[in-house]
Amino acid sequence: MKWFKRSKNNFSTTSIKREVPDGQWIKCDTCNEIIHVKQMEANSFVCEKCGYHFRIGSKEYIDILLDKNSFKELDKKMKSGDPLEFVDTKNYKDRIRDTIKKTGLNDAVATGVGKINGRKVAFACMDFRFIGGSMGSVVGEKIARAIDKAYQQKIPMIIISQSGGARMMEGAFSLMQMAKTSARLARLADAKLPFISILTDPTTGGTTASYAMLGDINIAEPDALIGFAGPRVIKQTIGKDLPKGFQKSEFLLEHGFVDFIVKRTELKQKLDDVLSYLNQDAN
Amino acid sequence: MTRNILEFEKPIFELEKKIDEMRKLESSLNISDEINNLEDKVEQLKKSVFANLTRWQRVQLARHPERPYTKDYLHMITENFVELHGDRAYKDDKAIVGGFATIDDQKVMIIGHQKGRDTKSNLYRNFGMPNPEGYRKALRLMKLAEKFNKPIITLLDTPGAYPGIKAEENGQAEAIARNLFEMSRLKVPIIVVVIGEGASGGALGLGVGDRILMLENTWYSVISPESCSSILWRSWDFKEQAAEALKLTAPDLLEQGIIDRIVPEPLGGAHNDPDTMAETLKATLLEEIKILRKIKPDKLIDMRLHKFGNMGVYSE
Ligand SMILES: [Zn+2]
Repeated sequence: MKWFKRSKNNFSTTSIKREVPDGQWIKCDTCNEIIHVKQMEANSFVCEKCGYHFRIGSKEYIDILLDKNSFKELDKKMKSGDPLEFVDTKNYKDRIRDTIKKTGLNDAVATGVGKINGRKVAFACMDFRFIGGSMGSVVGEKIARAIDKAYQQKIPMIIISQSGGARMMEGAFSLMQMAKTSARLARLADAKLPFISILTDPTTGGTTASYAMLGDINIAEPDALIGFAGPRVIKQTIGKDLPKGFQKSEFLLEHGFVDFIVKRTELKQKLDDVLSYLNQDAN
Repeated sequence: MTRNILEFEKPIFELEKKIDEMRKLESSLNISDEINNLEDKVEQLKKSVFANLTRWQRVQLARHPERPYTKDYLHMITENFVELHGDRAYKDDKAIVGGFATIDDQKVMIIGHQKGRDTKSNLYRNFGMPNPEGYRKALRLMKLAEKFNKPIITLLDTPGAYPGIKAEENGQAEAIARNLFEMSRLKVPIIVVVIGEGASGGALGLGVGDRILMLENTWYSVISPESCSSILWRSWDFKEQAAEALKLTAPDLLEQGIIDRIVPEPLGGAHNDPDTMAETLKATLLEEIKILRKIKPDKLIDMRLHKFGNMGVYSE
């Protein structure tokens, strides 16, 4: 048995610990470096050798970005209904139940309030592990309520996106979450409160085409896939290979859709720097 | 002109053809009773076919190549249409048309997706699939409407926003997101009507408003039945099942509380009698504008926020 786990997708400390018997070593898929879990944690789950950003979940982002014990979670118990009684190869109800069991998450986003270097913020972070980070009623509602929190408490809103797009199994309800969240962000903007969007690998579809692209500041992690249509669909449509680096963070920076790319290890400091400007100076 | 006949329209079409043939003989033969009988029969058949449409059949009707498109409605419903072009930044997108128009005495801004009728016009219109510049043109026009206090009508009819290299380079996602954001706070009434296909973000990019209407035989969802089939069933062959599962028709969306109203189509579908369809739509639009005009802008924006805020099903 291999004593390390090859891990490209859906990395999370909890699943690693379960799946690797002696539990403590991970192999970087990009450079083959073998890294101790503690070392990974200390380096925000970025490979020290090649800089590869492992995919992590909301729990890890909360630890990395928010001051210790400052996070107060909201709407933790909210779960998806099954408005369409959707059935494909599996019942949506069962899919939800199984995913909750497998991931220990109730849906694809965690929301709450917390502090970044002492500064209070409303915070939402998506989880790709939960049905591809898809946005359905729960994601839309929880994000909308987090934005309301920012609005009421007059604090900045920060959203970390990690999502394949809208959740098909909720049909038009999913689609409308795009309008719901965007409308709340417009109200937040009218109140002159800041919104920072952080785009991580991957952010596509309806998530990109709503809150993820609406930041006063849009920040991307390195080498993240960010786009509207998925690369497979585009390739199918145009019948040609896609250019190298297409829809990667650097491509978005080059075309003017993110303000900057920042390594996860420097993200908290950078957020602090940016937030220090996004307030109303007294004249 | 060769007609496009859908599979389930065929028995109706065959009967109608027969009636036409008999009419030619009517003067020489005494068969008017038989013709009347057949006409009754065709009417009954139409009624029963259209009363029992499956979701997939409605999707097919929504895509019917003879269905009226945005420009047809502009022609049938409005006067003095002044088309406005371009996003003032990059390009004019032919998949979205828009401009000022007058309906009776009501001056409005109308913007809609535009499909083509044949290969040539479909290439010109990109099959009704907008690029970012289309959404940006639409937003420019909507802000113009706001500046001059004109109600906005948007007509949705797209198989989706275009998935292409240039579209991604120019920020397809940002363009759609920006429209959702800005439309939610425009100070003039917005009436949204799905006139054909309402495919996902490409449709919603023109779809935030105070009243959301669907013509009777249209669809509106997060994904097309074909794409849904290919992703969830890993095959293109389950489009009928996907259409059923997505619950994407006008009656479905009314029941889900997502749309406000269904605009009835003439028997046989909008393409069967475009003039009647246009008349119904016109009357409906005037009625809706009259109601919305009475609401103050701040109240209107607040109601819009809550309208979309109420969409979603979850437990806590
Ligand atoms: Zn590495």
